[in-house]
Amino acid sequence: MTRTGQLPRALHPGAWWLWAIGLAVVAGRTTNPLLLALLLVVVGHVVVRRRTDAPWALSFRMYLIFGAVIVVLRVAFRIVLGGGQGEHILFTLPEIPLPDAAAGIRLFGPVAAEEILGGLYDGLQLATMVVCVGAANVLANPKRMLKAMPGALHEIGTSVVVALTVAPQLIESVQRVRRARRLRGARERGRRALRGILIPVLEDALARSLALAAAMASRGYGRTGPATGRARLTVGTLVIGGLLGIAVGLYGILDTGAPGYLGPPMLLTGTAVAMLGFALGGRGVRRTGYRPDHWRTGELLTVAAGLTAAALMHTASRTDSAVLFPALSPLSWPDVTLLPLLAVLAGLLPAYLSPPPPPTPAAGPPTPASAPDTAAPAAHPQHKEAAA
Amino acid sequence: MIRFDQVGFTYHGAQTPTLTGVDLRIGEGELCLVAGRTGVGKSTLLGAVNGLVPRFTGGLLTGTVSVADRSTASAPPQEFAHLVGTVGQDPLAGFVTDTVEEELAYGMEQLAVPPATMRKRVEETLDLLGIADLRHRALRTLSGGQQQRVAIGSVLTAHPPVLVLDEPTSALDPTAAEEVLAAVLRLVHDLGTTVLIAEHRMERVLQYADRLLHLPGDGTVLDGTPAALMPALADADVAPPVVHLGRIAGWHPLPLSVRDARRHAPALRARLADHRPPAPRHSPAEPEPLLTARRITVTYGRTVAVREVDLTLHTGEVTALMGRNGSGKSSLLWALQGSGPRRSGTVTVSGSDGDPGHLPAHRARSLVGLVPQSAADLLYLQTVDAECAQSDQESDAAPGTCRALLDRLAPGVPGDRHPRDLSEGQRLALVLAIQLTAAPAVMLLDEPTRGLDYRAKRAFGRVVRDLAARGHSVVTATHDVEFVAATADRVTVLAEGETVADGPTADVVCSSPSLAPQVAKVLRPQPWLTPDQVAAALTPVEARP
Repeated sequence: MTRTGQLPRALHPGAWWLWAIGLAVVAGRTTNPLLLALLLVVVGHVVVRRRTDAPWALSFRMYLIFGAVIVVLRVAFRIVLGGGQGEHILFTLPEIPLPDAAAGIRLFGPVAAEEILGGLYDGLQLATMVVCVGAANVLANPKRMLKAMPGALHEIGTSVVVALTVAPQLIESVQRVRRARRLRGARERGRRALRGILIPVLEDALARSLALAAAMASRGYGRTGPATGRARLTVGTLVIGGLLGIAVGLYGILDTGAPGYLGPPMLLTGTAVAMLGFALGGRGVRRTGYRPDHWRTGELLTVAAGLTAAALMHTASRTDSAVLFPALSPLSWPDVTLLPLLAVLAGLLPAYLSPPPPPTPAAGPPTPASAPDTAAPAAHPQHKEAAA
Repeated sequence: MIRFDQVGFTYHGAQTPTLTGVDLRIGEGELCLVAGRTGVGKSTLLGAVNGLVPRFTGGLLTGTVSVADRSTASAPPQEFAHLVGTVGQDPLAGFVTDTVEEELAYGMEQLAVPPATMRKRVEETLDLLGIADLRHRALRTLSGGQQQRVAIGSVLTAHPPVLVLDEPTSALDPTAAEEVLAAVLRLVHDLGTTVLIAEHRMERVLQYADRLLHLPGDGTVLDGTPAALMPALADADVAPPVVHLGRIAGWHPLPLSVRDARRHAPALRARLADHRPPAPRHSPAEPEPLLTARRITVTYGRTVAVREVDLTLHTGEVTALMGRNGSGKSSLLWALQGSGPRRSGTVTVSGSDGDPGHLPAHRARSLVGLVPQSAADLLYLQTVDAECAQSDQESDAAPGTCRALLDRLAPGVPGDRHPRDLSEGQRLALVLAIQLTAAPAVMLLDEPTRGLDYRAKRAFGRVVRDLAARGHSVVTATHDVEFVAATADRVTVLAEGETVADGPTADVVCSSPSLAPQVAKVLRPQPWLTPDQVAAALTPVEARP
């Protein structure tokens, strides 16, 4: 490893996504709470060390909360729709009798330790996978990710970028109009009030999108190359078919119960078809990228860490499956063996081997102060809302 | 470079054509100013250059428009991206990406400029427009002037030989407008870019234009040098104050810039030496102020938008609130009205025991009315009559009150018209009438003159004076120094949320070159502000009515 990999810079967003998918695969192959908890620590550590101060990078907490909600819901469902398996009854809730039509379903009743633990393990597994995906969202700039998309998908990518910018504008618009309504005394409630807000906001949004469309067209968005309609159809079919293949393949890998041919073979075929589509589509595109992200040592090491973790876990699921899926009856303290432990720890490498994030650019004063005057009062409507 | 051959254009469903028989030849490196009143087709003419008209607007275009010998009928606007760069009034509406650097590169990416060239051009453009220190900033956090320069930069990187600017300075304070125009001039001189620019505030651009295209409103285009066209146009509502002054003083040739006029000025100053401009209408002996604000502070997070500002408003007085974009003018107005956030400070209105900030919305607006910057936000019904009726109901006023006010402010607004279809001036009058229905003693106007041409601005100035004469106190936040000179009794200048100057209009604006109106610059050190004042002084006393 050379020192050049350590200069602060943004990592290719694809690298973070591949790393996170690798770890999600690891989580998908075990319900061992110790391994899952360790994996959460690993992911959290990498996020804390490598995230920037960008707005999307501050949402990791949201994913953690979401994960916690999943765990709580899983356990709650096990208690409500108990099923009554397990010998170690912790406590008994009064059972609600159901009509015969609902035979097989039981509400409340005795709650066993096995059930709660089962819910906990399942919930933790799903929550960890969610957090892994969240980590990718937090670490990778979503807009750079769209820029890294193949040329054939450029138009879709731009639309998504525009949509992402429009959402905050819409919120700002709503806030501005709500405050303007206050200026008119706006005493009506319900549907009439909604109409008073919706109409100006929608008019505003429509006018804005027309202006944006004109601006984009005059700057060359959607310049058509020599591509014919038939060629575009071929490309579209190949790309969408390939992406479907990839989706099915990923499902096959993540779901241990799926038949073997749905796993890696499907994934490879899908990838190949999609690549072909992109290559064909990209040939007709006359467009370049400004300062594209490159695949360099840091990216390769990050991806390698994720893939290693997934591969080690795959091996471990053959040799140590009892460890990965701890038995609930009889109840026992979950074990941890070396191989799965190594798999989880492999995910930690990017925290040290990837380049650190670039320092935050000197951000100006926050929007309200420096934007044109309208933005200022619009930004904080809640202050006086209570008085209304 | 640009050719219009017998071009005519009619919007869908319109009775009369917007453009007829337009023949133009615009050569390389010319700076063309497009002038005319609101709604005469300036934007249509500009949009036709790269084919956005009619492809994005609908309507019927006859004749041919061609750029670099390519007809706009032959290809969509996308295929003209390397020839024509267009920048609109609202730069934020045209941004595709979210940071300065990516925005500059966007057009080049579409044109498949090689990455190495792109890097170079982005750096060059950052320097050319003086925005290198903003390169990583998010576009939404920039000030209006910075956004407009980025918007110009983002079309410049594609090196188009033609640049089309539709009112690029309408939202900007005088200094930011100067920056943007300086950047445009540099392009004309250094790169030989052909520039077509539409502008209402002629005083900002006229002196730099090589050529003037005037749209009188009948679909034709008058074409000539500013010096040749101006004498004929002085009555046509497109002449800046300096031209009016030249006509009043009988100068020949008519001056187009303050510099031209200064050469003639000594003689005029001698003629005016015995006269004084009329004293400010505000009498300081006013017993009780109408509104008193003490130590108003507005903060957003850790940013202080308004810092301990004191303001006293008297009956019959028009106060102008000036200051650069983002200096806290709007925040102060909203805080005074009570609908905006206020961290601390008090507002008292005479005749009421409550602070408008603590009263319910419908009572606050009967004390202090506010017309916000985007006035159309207040309108949501289908017709003018419906809006008026709704307003009477909201204000518990007698039916017909709002309509009567509207007829006083802007006579002859059709009642069955959709508010969106009114002209800027009429829409402003409608919103003002709606707010006046609640009979507030104090009226706050946020940037009312934006988008108004000279005639509409004069009419609006009369409305404001009339309100003051009827005992209201009017505050208007504005960047328009000529409007302030003609209308306001008093000027308050804000900078970074603090008051830096407060006093009679003549004292404040004459002491600062960036705030001084053209007449004041010409006749300095005498404190004349508008051509009308000079005209009144020069008219012999016995001849006055």
